[in-house]
Amino acid sequence: MPVLWLSAIILALAATGFVLGRGRALASVDGKSEQLHSLPSYYGSNAMMKSVFPAFGLMIVWMLAQPLFIDNRIAQLIPESEIAEGSSIGLVMSEVRRTADGLSNAIQEGYIDEADAGASADLTDITQSLKDAGQVVTNDITQPILNAAQKYRTMSSTSRTMMTVAVLLVALLGAAWGVLQSGRDFRARNVVEQGILAILIAAASVAVLTTVGIVFSLIFNTIEFFNLYPAAEFFTLLEWAPSFSGRGGASSLGILPLLWGTIYISIVALLVAVPIGLFSAIYLSEYASPRVRGITKPLLEILAGIPTIVYGLFALLTIGPLLVSVFGENGTGWMGGGRSVMTAGIAMGIMLIPFVSSLSDDIINAVPQSLRDGSYGLGATRSETIRQVVLPAALPGIVGAILLAASRAIGETMIVVLGAGAAARLSLNPFEAMTTVTAKIVSQLTGDSDFASPEALVAFALGITLFVLTLCLNVFALYIVRKYREQYE
Amino acid sequence: MTDASIPAMPAAPEKGNRVSLMEPDARTQKRKAAERRFRSYGIAGIATGIFFLIVLLISIVSSGAGAFQQTFINASVYLDPVKLDKNGNRDIADLRKVSTFGYTPLIQQAVFDKLEQNNIETPLEKRGDMKALISASAAAQVRDVVLENPDLIGETVDFRILASSRVDGYLKGRVLREDVARDKNIDSEHLDLVDALVPLGIVEKTFNIDFITGADASESRAESAGIGVAMIGSFFMMMVVLVLSLPIGVAASIYLEEFAPKNRWTDLIEVNIANLAAVPSIVFGILGLAVFIQFMHLPQSAPLVGGLVLTLMTLPTIIISTRASLKAVPPSIRDAALGVGASKMQSVFHHVLPLAAPGILTGTIIGLAQALGETAPLLLIGMVGFIASNAPDGVASGLLDPNSAMPAQIYEWAKRADPAFYERAWGGIIILLGFLISMNTLAVILRRRFERRW
Repeated sequence: MPVLWLSAIILALAATGFVLGRGRALASVDGKSEQLHSLPSYYGSNAMMKSVFPAFGLMIVWMLAQPLFIDNRIAQLIPESEIAEGSSIGLVMSEVRRTADGLSNAIQEGYIDEADAGASADLTDITQSLKDAGQVVTNDITQPILNAAQKYRTMSSTSRTMMTVAVLLVALLGAAWGVLQSGRDFRARNVVEQGILAILIAAASVAVLTTVGIVFSLIFNTIEFFNLYPAAEFFTLLEWAPSFSGRGGASSLGILPLLWGTIYISIVALLVAVPIGLFSAIYLSEYASPRVRGITKPLLEILAGIPTIVYGLFALLTIGPLLVSVFGENGTGWMGGGRSVMTAGIAMGIMLIPFVSSLSDDIINAVPQSLRDGSYGLGATRSETIRQVVLPAALPGIVGAILLAASRAIGETMIVVLGAGAAARLSLNPFEAMTTVTAKIVSQLTGDSDFASPEALVAFALGITLFVLTLCLNVFALYIVRKYREQYE
Repeated sequence: MTDASIPAMPAAPEKGNRVSLMEPDARTQKRKAAERRFRSYGIAGIATGIFFLIVLLISIVSSGAGAFQQTFINASVYLDPVKLDKNGNRDIADLRKVSTFGYTPLIQQAVFDKLEQNNIETPLEKRGDMKALISASAAAQVRDVVLENPDLIGETVDFRILASSRVDGYLKGRVLREDVARDKNIDSEHLDLVDALVPLGIVEKTFNIDFITGADASESRAESAGIGVAMIGSFFMMMVVLVLSLPIGVAASIYLEEFAPKNRWTDLIEVNIANLAAVPSIVFGILGLAVFIQFMHLPQSAPLVGGLVLTLMTLPTIIISTRASLKAVPPSIRDAALGVGASKMQSVFHHVLPLAAPGILTGTIIGLAQALGETAPLLLIGMVGFIASNAPDGVASGLLDPNSAMPAQIYEWAKRADPAFYERAWGGIIILLGFLISMNTLAVILRRRFERRW
């Protein structure tokens, strides 16, 4: 693994830089470290920092940029005629990449040597030797693709060599610079601390980068989707029926049935979670003795720590059959199979109980005691105080908590994938199987590495809808909660 | 203040109709009843919540315990040299050419012999009838032993052969006699046979270590599926998460808590962290798919990619808890450090950070536990839909070769048609919850042991 070796060499250079920098600084004051501006190890750290950071930074940027650059150059080599009907440049490029990888592997395993894989190679010979080497070979390898693959390999390897040289040079120069700087008047600590601060800022910016990454990956693919499929239909069509056989064409991809399923399941979940959670929170914060509270609160919170896959399985294998035995064919006959809105909704509701209860608990506790005392002083009972004083005061916060829970419910995936069913339906019967936005994102994207068809790309449009929806709910809920909290502070 | 108007007080009781304060009047009684009712709603709420928890735990344990037991058939297989080694030279290359089809008749014969030795009456008269009792993996099991030790050929060796999943299900009560009528894989004669063999100790149910250490198996062989390989996948993912999210999270928190000036950029970061903590996990999966696989061409299904996605997902959790523990360190510590001449950076790294370390560690463990149980993003980067059968043989292959993860493996089993896999899925959940409980317990112990009240 050359990257690993390269990293090891950089680290070794940096370590050498540390020792030399520290030594040089000490030597400049004849070993009397109290005459230095900074502690001796800061001089070493300075040299180390100057070699490691630029080198690794360059390496990462290079490795990110290299495939982009090469893909771009290679793509120009492929003639228009190579791109078959219904295919795209992306598919041809992945073919090129696969062939190039195959060639490298075949060379590594000794089936062909470097010269054979070069420009003079014959198409049939190469295909045969690739097959001998056990590489994946499709019938689509044509002369232009082979040429492109060969070019790809040479460009990649030149680029790798250049990167190695450049990175090592940068590391070496950085270390040398750091060592040369070391001397009695150099303010090493300040420089090192500036460097550390830069790292801290970079780390904090990862959060922003993540958001940017999410937004861009969603937006670009969504735009591509809307180029293939009209946006108006996506937002207004009442039917969800992707066809995977004929690419494009006959699919109807309307988001409304999915949104309905999502909202219906979330409503069921909230109908389960909100009363139970809210009453638990009221009891825990207003009535329970510290001992009861100390036991029941963690017990309820266990529910929050259980992974969602467990709730999914619980819905599929416990709640579903249970509901079928009551509402199924032998019971009232409302329910066809174990998967339904109720199945997923109940499981999700159980999951959300601790979420609602601990948020509401916090909010109820934040209501100042003086309000309660005033109410008791007027002769109200506890329940009257809670209903007429505490709850109205806490209401905005509780609404915020419920909105947060709703956003959780909308974004929940595993429970609906396992419990809600796969067919998109616009129906009012809660015992019918419906599907949700998240479940469809999973089913449109799993097991398919080709992102050219609208059936796969639609997942990104669904994703952006989900992202925007939950983001709005969250922002609104946080705004309400925060505004309320400030009221009594 | 609420300005709820007080309902008009009832007119003063008329003369001659005086009631004692000791006897509550009708209205007081009504109010007290309302009070009791309201209180009971609260108790009912809590009781329902705890009831759900108990039902959940009971159904996990009762459905999953079976996965830790497995039915085996004890039989002595005669490793026939005529079948297994036609050339008679015990050459390993030749032995490899004999596929599992060569072994199947020998195993069936071995089970059949057991019947004759014990004089068991059965309408099943042919050797081939034993097929329904024996797992499809049994032949591979025997073959592996022979390939490892070719000298055994020609001898009669005792084996603990995996029973088929139907036999296993019958002994565990999952497969009932009524169901067998419609089942083409097994007949009720076979079940009679099993009933006869159990008291003799030939068919026995024992602890199933292979479930914990083994690899996943194909759709038709529920009896030999294990979660071990997926566990290794999860382990590598957690390593990636730990190595990336701990330093990045701590560095980000230090900056935001100790150094950040109040400006637009830090405001933006704060808002972002708060929002990322609430973004649905599936969106992180889309991000991973688009950025790491589509754009950067990292290998699909690799634990490295899974780890990267989970890192981005856990970062907000870790940042929030780390900031809380940094905030808990009193300012006097910083002031004292600055007072004796430390720089701001030194005061943070030499004094504040070590004091906040237990809290940071606790938060990290809880974040890791959350990441360990997360499934949805893993579905999108392709960690499902294949059989995780090969344990990686090194760190590089552990990070880059396709593998599954525990929750993804559980999902995979839950999707399969054979109900025998459901038992495996519940069993997998028991193991997963075992890990989560121990991680959380560790976090609680750390907090109790090292938490300092200032």
